[in-house]
Amino acid sequence: MKHLKTPESLLFYMMLIREFELKIAEMFAYGKLAGTMFHLSVGQEATSVGTIAALEEGDFISSHHRGHGHMIALGADIKLMMAEMFGKRTGYCKGKGGSMHIADIELGNLGANGIVGAGIPIATGAAYAVRYRGGKQVVLCPFGDGAVNEGVFHESLNFAALHKLPIVYVIENNQYAMSTSVTKSTSITDLYKRACAYGISGEFVDGMDVEAVLETTKKAVERARRGEGPTLIESRTYRYYGHSRSDPAPYRTKEEEEEWKQRDPIKQYQRKLIERGIITENDVKKMGEEIQKILDEAVKFADESPYPEPSEIFEDIYA
Amino acid sequence: MKEMTYRDAIREGLWEEMKRDDRVCLLGEDIGVYGGAYKVTRGLLDEFGPMRVLDTPMSEALIAGAAVGMALVGLRPVAEIMYIDFVTLAMDQIVNQAAKFHFMTGGKVKVPMVLRTQGGTGRSAAAQHSQSLEAWFVHIPGLKVVMPATPADAKGLIKAAIRDENPVIFIEHKGLYNLKGPVPEEEQIIEIGKADVKKEGKDLSIISYSKMLHTCLSAAEKLEEEGISTEVLDLRSLRPMDDEAIKKSAEKTGRVLVVTEANKTAGTSAEIFARVTELVPKARVARIAGKDVVIGCSPVLEKSSIPSEEEIIEAAKKLLES
Ligand SMILES: Cc1ncc(C[n+]2csc(CCOP(=O)(O)OP(=O)(O)O)c2C)c(N)n1
Repeated sequence: MKHLKTPESLLFYMMLIREFELKIAEMFAYGKLAGTMFHLSVGQEATSVGTIAALEEGDFISSHHRGHGHMIALGADIKLMMAEMFGKRTGYCKGKGGSMHIADIELGNLGANGIVGAGIPIATGAAYAVRYRGGKQVVLCPFGDGAVNEGVFHESLNFAALHKLPIVYVIENNQYAMSTSVTKSTSITDLYKRACAYGISGEFVDGMDVEAVLETTKKAVERARRGEGPTLIESRTYRYYGHSRSDPAPYRTKEEEEEWKQRDPIKQYQRKLIERGIITENDVKKMGEEIQKILDEAVKFADESPYPEPSEIFEDIYA
Repeated sequence: MKEMTYRDAIREGLWEEMKRDDRVCLLGEDIGVYGGAYKVTRGLLDEFGPMRVLDTPMSEALIAGAAVGMALVGLRPVAEIMYIDFVTLAMDQIVNQAAKFHFMTGGKVKVPMVLRTQGGTGRSAAAQHSQSLEAWFVHIPGLKVVMPATPADAKGLIKAAIRDENPVIFIEHKGLYNLKGPVPEEEQIIEIGKADVKKEGKDLSIISYSKMLHTCLSAAEKLEEEGISTEVLDLRSLRPMDDEAIKKSAEKTGRVLVVTEANKTAGTSAEIFARVTELVPKARVARIAGKDVVIGCSPVLEKSSIPSEEEIIEAAKKLLES
């Protein structure tokens, strides 16, 4: 992706995702948002940015319920995103999709999903369509650790492997599916090892290290583009907040949370880039200010935008 | 007009659409060399190759889901689910995905896919291979549902379904595949959502669809012999349903008998019945539907689970007396 070619841009987009989500948490507290179904990906930014940075313009991605990061990394207009969170007509999906379904096909996003795992066969079908049309695109298919226990995971990976489809499956392993830890739900907790059941490459990557995620995904994307078939990547990460806005996460310890926050993907990367002399503390500050400006504008836009008319519920049911 | 079977008519429809538009492709279990469990796709693999006639693993959710993904990226897939009873395994992709994507994206994407399947009794296929589950789909905004009863309608509707920009559930009947009938030589596209008066009459209307239509037509002939002029309306599409045609027939005869193979409780017969009363409150309405039972294997049991010609005739007479 052109907008994610430099280290600074990787940092900027991770920061933008984080601040966007913190802003919606704030707006939620003010009662500005539509509903309570907001799944924050704070802590997981290196995975969304690192994987999407490995794509080229024209590639596709399927998204899921924790999908704000995917949209922002794809270069989404923050104003339209915020308006969708507010349930406004000016949002990406005219207020019809909301946080859980936010998508824009023009950005290559095939759709976010409220049904865990449901995007996997859809992304797989899209990869088949790319092959069918003789295209060179690759499909990126991220999903959570919980999704690997849905039947469609198996159906899809088997099919993609069989046809060597141009698709990269990414398990965003934040180690919990709502309250259920991977250790309680899954017999083999090294999830990338499942790749061997399909005879495809399985890769493990530190999901708190954006460059590592980018490198691993890049190799998988290149393989896919060369026609060498799918890869299953496990990017191990952590979500700092509860499952949604209504979850205080009583199923895990504060110590565990603190431990992961010590490895924060954004702070780590800021330090790294400063050490390398690529940016200065001041640059980071300026990025933060720029982001606040973008968010303030987005909130203003969303706030001032009209709600849909009640009658709009009858539109867009059929094409 | 040429004579052909229901099976061949569907195949010809698929063939013509695949010739016309190279975005049209088929996927499903054993649809290639084997030609499909009911041989509808026989020969298409040889003609169009394995990319366009894709034999899938036994993975119903993948079949439906992949079709959604293919449609999103510009193909026009026709997925086959071997028996309607197996849609249970694909339901999420049909109900939560295919039916919702257009709306959820604020109209930005379309899902032009067809899901072909077949249902119904008649072959002693027992409890898990004989159901009439159309009501599940008819209930879902975002889907279209068609159930042709004749070769000509089957061909005209499969072509319309493939050209439609929305997900269309195309439900065939396993007991109709060998039925022969006239099919126009020239291209005919039958608009989805349009019913068809298969027989005119003035004393009574029978509304039905799919294979049960033929039982109704036969009952209507017998009634005619007894001097009862019976109209038979074939809905052909269940979603959208042709309110105009229902209203017209109900107003004309004032008495409407609804007949479905699908079982009674919360079934399609309930929906059609309710529509008749809403559209023409004066009309007298009755219904006969499949019994609320599990379908048995023995031909005797199977037969007793669905409406018979005798029951239809009896109900028609009772309705006339009321
Ligand atoms: C099929 C299905 N089952 C259950 C749910 C309820 N639910 C929503 S998110 C979630 C956990 C998902 O966990 P995971 O796939 O690991 O993704 P994460 O939320 O951790 O990002 C559950 C159980 C759902 N939306 N869909």
